[in-house]
Amino acid sequence: MPEPEISQDHPPVVKKRISDPRSIQILLIGLTYLFFIGFIFLPLGLVFSQAFGKGWSFYLEAIREPYAIEAVKLTLLTVAIVVPVNAVFGVTAAWAITKFNFRGKSTLKSLLDLPFAVSPVIAGLIFVLLVGSRTPFGSWLGEHGIKIIFSTPGIIIATIFVTFPFIARELIPLMEAQGRDEEEAALTLGAKGWQIFSKITLPNIRWGLLYGMILCGARSIGEFGAVSVVSGHIRGQTNTIPLHVEILYSEYNFTASFAVASLLVFLALLTVVIKSGMEKHFQKNSFHL
Amino acid sequence: MGIELQNINKTFGDYKAIDNLSLNIPSGDLIALLGPSGCGKTTLLRIIAGLELADSGKIILENKDTTNLPPREKNVGFVFQHYALFRRLTVFENVAFGLKVLPFKERPARKEIRERVEHLLTLVQMDWALDRFPSQLSGGQRQRVALARALAVNPRVLLLDEPFSALDAKVRQELRRWLRKLHDEIHVTSIFVTHDQEEALELADKIVVINKGRIEQQGTPQEVYDHPANAFVYNFLGNVNVFHGRIHNGKVSLGAHTVDAPDDLKNVEEKTSQTFVRPHEIGISRIRSNNNDLEGTIREVRLQGGQIGLNIECQGIECPIEAEVPRELFNNLQLAKGVQVFVAINRVRVFTGDYEI
Repeated sequence: MPEPEISQDHPPVVKKRISDPRSIQILLIGLTYLFFIGFIFLPLGLVFSQAFGKGWSFYLEAIREPYAIEAVKLTLLTVAIVVPVNAVFGVTAAWAITKFNFRGKSTLKSLLDLPFAVSPVIAGLIFVLLVGSRTPFGSWLGEHGIKIIFSTPGIIIATIFVTFPFIARELIPLMEAQGRDEEEAALTLGAKGWQIFSKITLPNIRWGLLYGMILCGARSIGEFGAVSVVSGHIRGQTNTIPLHVEILYSEYNFTASFAVASLLVFLALLTVVIKSGMEKHFQKNSFHL
Repeated sequence: MGIELQNINKTFGDYKAIDNLSLNIPSGDLIALLGPSGCGKTTLLRIIAGLELADSGKIILENKDTTNLPPREKNVGFVFQHYALFRRLTVFENVAFGLKVLPFKERPARKEIRERVEHLLTLVQMDWALDRFPSQLSGGQRQRVALARALAVNPRVLLLDEPFSALDAKVRQELRRWLRKLHDEIHVTSIFVTHDQEEALELADKIVVINKGRIEQQGTPQEVYDHPANAFVYNFLGNVNVFHGRIHNGKVSLGAHTVDAPDDLKNVEEKTSQTFVRPHEIGISRIRSNNNDLEGTIREVRLQGGQIGLNIECQGIECPIEAEVPRELFNNLQLAKGVQVFVAINRVRVFTGDYEI
């Protein structure tokens, strides 16, 4: 095809203004920065400046103190149990909701958001009321030597409750978009249930699953409200990192409190880095979705 | 028999999707299930594959009763409308899937699997794409891979659910002819579902017309097209003019105009009737050839490839008549919008009774 001739007679069409005026752009960008500085950079900076306020050695001492180490251990143990449990639950729930039709499906789907909607304190209280030592079920458990409230199982159960929507919510839209054609194709080709799951379904949702697990893990590390109600704050036994920070703070031990808090900040930053790395991967591989 | 269906019933809630349907298909045939959307044709296909469960009835594939077998033991090849290729697997892995999930004892050796997959991909002309992912292929290529994947397990029967409907017109036609050729080579009993009468007429050994979960007619494309069993089939198999009127003493009324009733309806004294005429069976001329011709005026001219579509308003008939003439005739008669013409209705199909389309 020949190049279209460019007529020299007419002046080029005047560029219409398609974006907002420059002044508004500057104002909006400025406000955004101001917000970030006031609510993110400044607080983060303060945490670190407080944490290192009395120098490196004090910082190291604060985070190497036995109670602090116990708190870190308990937090990591909680995460190590909560994330796999919620991964299994999330995949199961998402699978059931997207691949089957059953009664009460839409109700279940909306109830999935309940842990997000309800205050974590109430989440904690629910379990105290359910299995606390003064309830029939709780005292029955107590007679059999099982203690849930004011001990590690309680912390884990409360954290599971608060974080269970993360993975399912990540997977449901993904699996809905993918439909069940591939599973049906695998079925007609003679694959058994677990073969379909491991060879088709799981590879299709692996990035969404990982993403949900990271969010779930981040929230498990930082959960305060629900855990605070069920833990009983026993130092060295039922204190997670956030609870330990709170205790140190209420004892006016500010520097130590901020030092331990900085651990949480590090973990949060790590989560953000992993998450954004995965988002890039998501985009790069979006044609596979 | 390749496929025997006996008294299949299926309801979804209050909706009867399949209504006591029985069908026999000889081994090696390529059959089209033709019907409007929602007529139950896809449901029937999914029942044969075991992806849906029939409420009652019996399914026999190549002389084996598979009614109560789970889908993975039915050994049918299923080709989906939207391909349903495994997006995380390469073309090779897609086709090999059905062989690799076989129990260890039945599974062929790695080398045999490779040979079989390569053979199948050559058959569907996709052997150049072994290591590609589905997302890197066009729609037509994906559907050919899907076909190879379905054939890999040596299925008893091959089921294709609107296999070409997601493709554009040109590719659709190519793939259609190619599938016919492929079927002539491999001879596996096949059913494909379609709502496209052209596709069914061109591709199938036999057409089964389905409406509201029941079979309206079955036969070769020629039989079904030339001798439609009822008004529905006639209407569904192509464009059509419908005239509502009465039969009276061997004459059928089309508005104020009458034509002779077909032989089998000569003795009907008085009955409501519907008369069908295909647009390409309507004669158009500039001069009156006999007294039965209708007088009319061309209201609209449409270009339809080799044919020209005419919309003609005729005296004494309420609805305008749709006619199709070859382009050559159109030019010779110097037809155009507003031109007076004479319309000859020679070949009519009359169905009595009240039939709603």
